[in-house]
Amino acid sequence: MSYKFPSPEWVKAFEEQINSSDAYANAAKTWEGDITLIIDGGPGIYLDLWHGKCRAAEYLTDPHSKNPEFKITGDLEKWKKVLAGKLDPVQGMVTRQLKLDGNLVKIMKNVKAAQELVRCATRVPTTFE
Amino acid sequence: MWYFSSPFVVFGEEALGHLEQLSGERALIVTDATLTRLGIVARVEEALHKAGMQTRVFDEVEPEPSLQTTKRGARVAADFQPDWIVGLGGGSPMDASKAIWAMYERPDLEPTEINPMITLGLHKARLIAIPTTAGTGSEATWALVLTDTEERRKFSTGSRELVPTLAIVDPSLTQGLPPRITADTGLDALTHAIEGYVTVWRNDFTDGLCLKAAQLVLTYLERAVRNGDDMEAREHMANAATIAGLGFGNANLGLGHAMGHSFGALFKQPHGRAVALFLPYTIDYTTNGGLGRYGDIARFAGLTDSRDEEEAARILAVRVRELEQAVGQPMCIADFGIDRAAFREMLPRLVEYAEQDTQFFTAPRIPDTEELAQMFEYVYEGRSIDF
Repeated sequence: MSYKFPSPEWVKAFEEQINSSDAYANAAKTWEGDITLIIDGGPGIYLDLWHGKCRAAEYLTDPHSKNPEFKITGDLEKWKKVLAGKLDPVQGMVTRQLKLDGNLVKIMKNVKAAQELVRCATRVPTTFE
Repeated sequence: MWYFSSPFVVFGEEALGHLEQLSGERALIVTDATLTRLGIVARVEEALHKAGMQTRVFDEVEPEPSLQTTKRGARVAADFQPDWIVGLGGGSPMDASKAIWAMYERPDLEPTEINPMITLGLHKARLIAIPTTAGTGSEATWALVLTDTEERRKFSTGSRELVPTLAIVDPSLTQGLPPRITADTGLDALTHAIEGYVTVWRNDFTDGLCLKAAQLVLTYLERAVRNGDDMEAREHMANAATIAGLGFGNANLGLGHAMGHSFGALFKQPHGRAVALFLPYTIDYTTNGGLGRYGDIARFAGLTDSRDEEEAARILAVRVRELEQAVGQPMCIADFGIDRAAFREMLPRLVEYAEQDTQFFTAPRIPDTEELAQMFEYVYEGRSIDF
């Protein structure tokens, strides 16, 4: 079964992937911080990440309805590339194809966790409209 | 989408004389006290004076420069108001000069706030980088490494706006370098070239640079170490370091640097010696996973004609070890005089810092935490990686 990106069902499947990933749990065992992934002009995906687990995941019709520690914003085409493994999110942020609001240093000290998070996303069977 | 950043590069004999052709009013030279004592700072000042510039010297940069030192340098710059900043020395002064430049123009920033995702908007000054070692490549990159002395860890960052305007690569400045420093810095350049060629951010613009730089170091480093007055070897090594800088600066690095940064910070070892220690082990590890493009390097350097990628990669690893032994590089952590108990005590932090390093995630094969700890154990004993 595939899930449409972005949708509440996709977010739920993403949450399950995160919470079943030993690699993520290990890489993010010290991470404390919530994040919203924002599709430019569209919805957001809110993740409350804590010590290697996703405590809450939510599809946000209004991506700015929460005030997380980090926001990463990009247009749908960029997110498609991230999910297809064609755009390294760090490279995307360095080239400003993805915009980061939040403490970059904290992200850079946890790049392995960020990578494992992206791997979890790429494992969600995904379709696009 | 990606970028290729480069300074204007002046290289070869008498390159330092190019300073006389510059226009400007005030140049702040960021350097270390040794270069002042050796008269190299005076040579640079003389050339700048001929260009009609006033100069001021900030020569307080220590090896592995601290955040605090760069803040002091920025205060000197604010007082002097230079239109040129000159980073003169090895990687430490050049990296410090980048941070000082940024904070001079953006006093609202802490050094740790410099990053590629913000616009610095630099316009008051330009940066000249003049390497006096052949290794760091900082003269050609937008990266800088500072040390947080309180946390005993290195902090890597950068900004594309911090690429030097001008890099002056004059081999005469490396002529007096002692063999040990020549070896450490030259092996740093080799690590840049090899890791820059295999990183996952490699690209068409950087491949040729990394291959050429690796070939030059494999050919000329031993000569430069054995005879510091061999100016042919010195010149090729100086060029190799800058070429490698252009390569890795636009492609990032890998596991050798991540492990080396961690080891170097925790056991206070020079950067080049630390990263080069791990290079052959990371070639083993990456090759064991069927990854890396080391065969290209081995063939380009004339080490083999083999088209068997694994065989060619093994030949490169052997050649790197031979070169390291020939120039007196410690081959394992125990060779640094670190006893096993001290190593074991530090192992969790070695692993943690390596995993958090900005070079870690662009390695072609990335170990998990247990594998990484095991790699450090192997490197302690000098065992080839067999997993």
